[in-house]
Amino acid sequence: MATRKPFTDRGKLFPRRRSALLAACVATGILTAVSACGGSGTATTTKDGFAQAPQKDGAFTVWVDSTRLAAAKLYQKQHPDVEMKIVTYDGNANGSNYLQTKVQLFNRTGKGWPDVVFSSQNNEATWAVDADFVAPLNKGLVPESTLSGFAKGANDVCTVDGTLYCLRNDLSQAVLWYNAPLMKKWGYKLPTTWEEYQKLGEKVAARHPGYLVGDAGDSYTPEVYLWASKCGANDITGPKSVSVNTTSANCTRMAELMDVLIKKKSMSISGVFSTDFGKNKADKVLMMPGPAWYGGALFKGTFKTPAKQIAAAPMPQWSGETSPSTGNVGGGTWLLSKHSEHLKAATDFLTWVTTDSAYQGDMSPGFPAYAPAAETWLRQQNASGYYAGDISVLKDASTQVWPQWGSGQFSQEAIWAATVKPGMTQGKTIVSLLPAWQDSIVKYAKSNGYKVSQ
Amino acid sequence: MTVTHSPAGSTRRRPRGVSRQSRAGAAFVAAYVVLLIAFGVVPTAYAVWFAFTDAQGAFTGLGNFVTTAQDFRFVPALGHVALYLLLWLVSLVVLVVGLALLLHRMASQGASKTLRFLFYIPGALAGAASVLVWLFMLDPTVSPVSSLLGVLGYGTFGEVIAPANLPVLFTGIAFWTGAGGWIVVIYGALNNIPSDVMEAARIDGAGPWQTAWRVQIPMLRKWIVYMVILAFAGGAQLFVEPQLLSLASVGVAGRDYSLNQLSYDFAFQMNNINGAAAISVELLVISLSAAALFVTRSGFFDAD
Repeated sequence: MATRKPFTDRGKLFPRRRSALLAACVATGILTAVSACGGSGTATTTKDGFAQAPQKDGAFTVWVDSTRLAAAKLYQKQHPDVEMKIVTYDGNANGSNYLQTKVQLFNRTGKGWPDVVFSSQNNEATWAVDADFVAPLNKGLVPESTLSGFAKGANDVCTVDGTLYCLRNDLSQAVLWYNAPLMKKWGYKLPTTWEEYQKLGEKVAARHPGYLVGDAGDSYTPEVYLWASKCGANDITGPKSVSVNTTSANCTRMAELMDVLIKKKSMSISGVFSTDFGKNKADKVLMMPGPAWYGGALFKGTFKTPAKQIAAAPMPQWSGETSPSTGNVGGGTWLLSKHSEHLKAATDFLTWVTTDSAYQGDMSPGFPAYAPAAETWLRQQNASGYYAGDISVLKDASTQVWPQWGSGQFSQEAIWAATVKPGMTQGKTIVSLLPAWQDSIVKYAKSNGYKVSQ
Repeated sequence: MTVTHSPAGSTRRRPRGVSRQSRAGAAFVAAYVVLLIAFGVVPTAYAVWFAFTDAQGAFTGLGNFVTTAQDFRFVPALGHVALYLLLWLVSLVVLVVGLALLLHRMASQGASKTLRFLFYIPGALAGAASVLVWLFMLDPTVSPVSSLLGVLGYGTFGEVIAPANLPVLFTGIAFWTGAGGWIVVIYGALNNIPSDVMEAARIDGAGPWQTAWRVQIPMLRKWIVYMVILAFAGGAQLFVEPQLLSLASVGVAGRDYSLNQLSYDFAFQMNNINGAAAISVELLVISLSAAALFVTRSGFFDAD
C-alpha cells in the first residue's frame, strides 16, 4: 500500500509555508524599518570636539519662547540672506520638559532636532549631555575671546565636567526691589541686614497691614531666600553627585525669619504670578527680594506698576558677614545641537543672540549674561525712565551669587512646590517642613542616579 | 423518486448582491483590522518588547519592572490611582444609572430631551479643554462659584488643590467630562426594555423604586458592566487631569501623582523608556485582568 502523502495534504502545506514566509518578510521589513529609523547612517567628521554630521545648505531651525521670538526676528531682519526657520514653543516654562520630551523622540527617530534652542531652565545641560543632544562650545565652535566676555560664573550652569555645553542668555541674581516713594513717605530706612529686614517686616505688619515685604509662594522661593542664606540644600559636587543639608543653621535662620513674617502677614504665600496675588496684592508691595528680571517682567509687565516707583537695592546680608549672597533665579540658556547640519549658521546665530548689543543690550528683558551687553543694557534701563533710581546694583549682585548651589538634573522648584508649599498652605511652618524637604530632595536625587551625601 | 441537491449548485445560484455585500463588509473590516494592527497591536507589542529589554536591546527579564516598582513614587502613585478609581467608578455607576432612570421617568415630559443635551455637552469638550474649564472653576479669585468655595473654607487656589482634595477633584472633573455620554447610552438601553415588561411590573403593583431595582437595573446589567470596564481602563490611565493641574499650580499638585505620569517621567525626565514601557505594560495587565473579571462574573457574553 502506498504511504505517499496524499496530494491534497501537500496542497495545504504550501500555503502554511507561504504564510510563514510572508510573516517572516513582514517582520524583517518592520525590523529593518525600525533599525533604519534608529540611526542616521551617514559618515561623520570629528571636529571641534565632537562627531559632526555632514553639513548641508538650507535653513537652520531655531526654537524660541514667545519672549525670545523678538531676538530671532531681529536676527532675520539684520541678516536677510540667512535661511532660518523660527519655531516658537513654551521654552520649557514651569519645567514643562517639552524640549527633553522631544529630544528623546528625535533621538529615536534619528532626525528632527532643532539646530539652536532657547530654554528658560538652567538645568538643561545636565540632561542634554546625557541625551547626547548638545554640542561642546569651548572646543573650537565659539572662540575663547567671546566666551571670556561672559560674566564670571555665568556659564557655570552650562558646564558639565569642564566642558561648556550652552551659553547663558541672562543672569538672574537677586536684589531687593522696593517701592521708593512709599518707603520715603513712611520714613523707612532700607534694610542692609536680614535682621533689619525682619524688624522692618514686623513694623510694616503692625503699622501698614496688608502691605508686603516679600513673597514666599513661588516654586523658586528657596532660590530667592534659602540660597541667599547659603543653605546647602543643593550643592552639586560632581556630574552625578550632590550634597544635601536643609537643616543647617544657615537654612533654619532664613526659614525662621520667613515663618515670623508669614505669620505676621507681611510676607505672602500666594506666589507673585498667581491670580490671587495679581488681584489682591500687586499694589501692596513695599519690598520684594527677587531676581533681576522682576523689574521688567514682573513690576512693569505683570503688575503694571507705574513708572518712577520701583527701585533696586542690594540683597540684605546677615550681621557679621562682609557682603550679601544671592541666589540665581532662572535666566535662560541657548543650546546648540550636535546633530546640526548647519553648524556655521547655527553658531553664528548663537553667538549673535547671546552677545550682540542689538538684542541683549537694547531689547532683552533680563540682565544679559554677556558683560559688555550688560553694560549697554543697564544704561538703557536707567535711561528708560521707568525706575525710581539707578539700578546698577544689579551689576554688583551678578558677582554675588553663592556658588555652592547648582543645577542638577532633578528640579528643585518641583520638589519645593510638591513638598513644602502644600504644607505652608495648611499653615505649617517652613522650619517644621525642612526635614521633609531634605527627604524629598534626597529621594529625587537618588532616583535620578545621583550619589547623595547628607 | 429522489431529488438530489448539489450544495455546489446552490452556492452558484447565490444572488450576486449578497456576495458584493460580503465583499464590502470584508473591505470595511479589513480597513479596521489594518488600523488596529498598525496603531494598536504593533505599538503594544513594541511596548512589551521595550519592557523586557534595556536601552541596548538586551533581554532584562523583569528588571525594568523591579526598577520601577522600587522607585519611591511607585507605591504612592498606585495608591492614588486606586483611590481615584474607587471614587470614580462608584460615583459613575450610582449617579449615571440614577440620572438615566430619572430621565427615563421624565421621558413623557419635554424636559428630558433638553436635559440629555445638557448632560452631553461637557463630553463634547476635549479632555484638556474640560480640565482648563475646571482650573477656572477651582480658583476662588476668578471662579464663578467663588462664594461656594468660600463657604467650604477655600480662599486661594493653593488651598483648593491641597493633596488631600485631589481624588475628589479628579473624580469631579472625570464625572463632569465623561458621565454625560454614559447617561445617554444607559438612557438608550432603558428604552430597549420592552414596554410589556414594564407594564407587567406596573400591573403587579411595582412602584417606581421597585421597578427600577428589580426590573430595569437587572436588565441594564450588561450595559453597566460595559461602562465599568471602559471607565476602569480610562481611569487607570489618569494623566491629563493631574498633569494640567500640576502645570497650573506650578508643581503643587505633583507631576508624579498617577502611574501614567510616573511612566511619562521615566520616559522623558529620567531617559528610561524601558522603565516607562514596564509601567505601561503593568497598566495594560491590570486593565485586562479587571475587564476579564467583570466579563466572567457578569456573564457579559452570555446569550439572552
